[in-house]
Amino acid sequence: MSGTSTADISSEQKLGKQLVPWSLWLRQLRAIFRLEIEKNFLGRRAILIYLLALLPVLPLAILAPFTPPGREWQDFSQYSVIYSIIYGGLILRTVVFFGSAWIFMNLFRGELVDRSLHYYFLSATRREVLVVGKYVSGLVTSVILFTGTTVVSMLLLYLPHFYSESLRFFVDGAGLGQLLTYAGITVLACIGYGAFFLVVGLFVRNPIIPALLLYGWEWINFLLPPVLKKISVIHYLNSLTPVPMQEGPFAVVAEPTPAWIAIPSLLGVTLLVLIVACYRIRHLEIRYGSD
Amino acid sequence: MMTTDHLIIFDDVSKFYGEILGVNRVNLQMAPGITSLVGPNGAGKSTLMNLMTGLLRPTRGSVTLLGIPTDQPDQLFRKVGYCTQIDSFPRGLTGREFINSFLLVHGFEKKRAGELTEISLDRVNLLDAADRKVAAYSKGMRQRIRLAQSIAHQPAVMILDEPLNGLDPMVRAETIALFRKLAAEGLHLIISSHILHEVDMMSDSVVLLNNGYIVAEGNIHGVRDEMEEHPMQILIRCDQPAKLAAYVFAQDHVVEARLHEDRRGLFVKTRDADRFYLLLNEVVADGEINMESVAPVDDDLSAVYQYLIGTK
Repeated sequence: MSGTSTADISSEQKLGKQLVPWSLWLRQLRAIFRLEIEKNFLGRRAILIYLLALLPVLPLAILAPFTPPGREWQDFSQYSVIYSIIYGGLILRTVVFFGSAWIFMNLFRGELVDRSLHYYFLSATRREVLVVGKYVSGLVTSVILFTGTTVVSMLLLYLPHFYSESLRFFVDGAGLGQLLTYAGITVLACIGYGAFFLVVGLFVRNPIIPALLLYGWEWINFLLPPVLKKISVIHYLNSLTPVPMQEGPFAVVAEPTPAWIAIPSLLGVTLLVLIVACYRIRHLEIRYGSD
Repeated sequence: MMTTDHLIIFDDVSKFYGEILGVNRVNLQMAPGITSLVGPNGAGKSTLMNLMTGLLRPTRGSVTLLGIPTDQPDQLFRKVGYCTQIDSFPRGLTGREFINSFLLVHGFEKKRAGELTEISLDRVNLLDAADRKVAAYSKGMRQRIRLAQSIAHQPAVMILDEPLNGLDPMVRAETIALFRKLAAEGLHLIISSHILHEVDMMSDSVVLLNNGYIVAEGNIHGVRDEMEEHPMQILIRCDQPAKLAAYVFAQDHVVEARLHEDRRGLFVKTRDADRFYLLLNEVVADGEINMESVAPVDDDLSAVYQYLIGTK
């Protein structure tokens, strides 16, 4: 029974003693990605992330035919400020944060709850490959949904109320740049929060508690002294926004971190967190009873 | 003598779940063929299987399968298939998708994964139901699809935790025949089961476990022979059981001789079965007593289990 079918892999394995079996890993990554992306988008747990993704979009869509009362809504130059408030308060801190928490924590924790993680562990796959496959699938899911939310929300804010000004703003003005920057920040947020929540799902039986702790820490970031501000994801993301976020009169002002430091720092920390996840998964035991 | 590349080796393995003992000081070497793990619930059978497949890590000691340590899943599961008792599945998949997707995760090319999927579904008679969702399967079908998943990549070692659970008698017989066939091909099959007569029927050797300890291991008849505190019981069917009783009872190794209820047979308990059989040869040669049959009564797994572990 152990004959020909494993031969194609065995030959790669022999090669693998000298070379890293990239083609095998890529095939395995593809297979894991396909399984996971289907679960992320079509599984029963997906309902919550769709609701979260629609959270800013629906009210803006409802407001589209009307111009709300209030001076700032009559003034086109204020729309960039309005969007920065919507983006900072609702999209980044709520939709992306909780959406990433839900998607990435469930990558492993959800399978432990469903008692199905062992099928991956029983395949001839390095567990590190599994971490990468799952992380990438979570990342693609969150990026598609939440950059979609970012872009659609911005367009829904601008276009219905000041159509011709908005067109000029996006085509000839700073609009497209701002849109792409916000989308980029969303991608970075998914990368950073995603890695954090993935690793939390591997270590903690009830990941809601660390998620809420981080949420609290990110919310009080504006009150923290500059040194502590830097121990957060939101500080680096705030530093990148095209329109400074309104943090209120009690905010402790700190110099924004330049993009050339903020982006590599965020990516570096993400990499470190993923290495911790790989270490953890190598030693993870399947004991569903205790999970 | 077999090298470590052909054996499953437990070297002084212990596993504790916090304060609770899983298995303790296990030293085992399993050769190809069917090895059955037998013991009551909580004896440590599943723990041993999970240790063999790296789903659990030993607290102490080491486990290697065909020379491969269990912390290298990418190498290990080229050679090993594990059918667990865990009755849960990834959501939303049909039987065919379930097997095929995990063959792709193994790293097989799409075409080869498709072929192997069909072969394994065929082997467990699930081709007709392959396109139904696993969630809609009966218990027996779920058992078979797990079995198919464990054999799909054609491993050299198969570890099967209660693989006959939930199967109807016909499928049970077919599955046992499949196991025997695979063992004859030189595979290792490690099987845990509660059904002693089936284990007895198919096993080349057994490992008896109780409370996390190995109570006995080896060929079942060899294990029985070594149990000197339990004299072997033999039933002799003959025309003059009373006369035979008087004759054998004079032997020092015979501890009990009792007539069968139908008075056409004699139960004898002896501490030395070999000497007793020689004695019977002499009786047959004398020609005074006609013997129809001689058979050990407690030389099977069920009896050994009862003597060593105490419950069925």
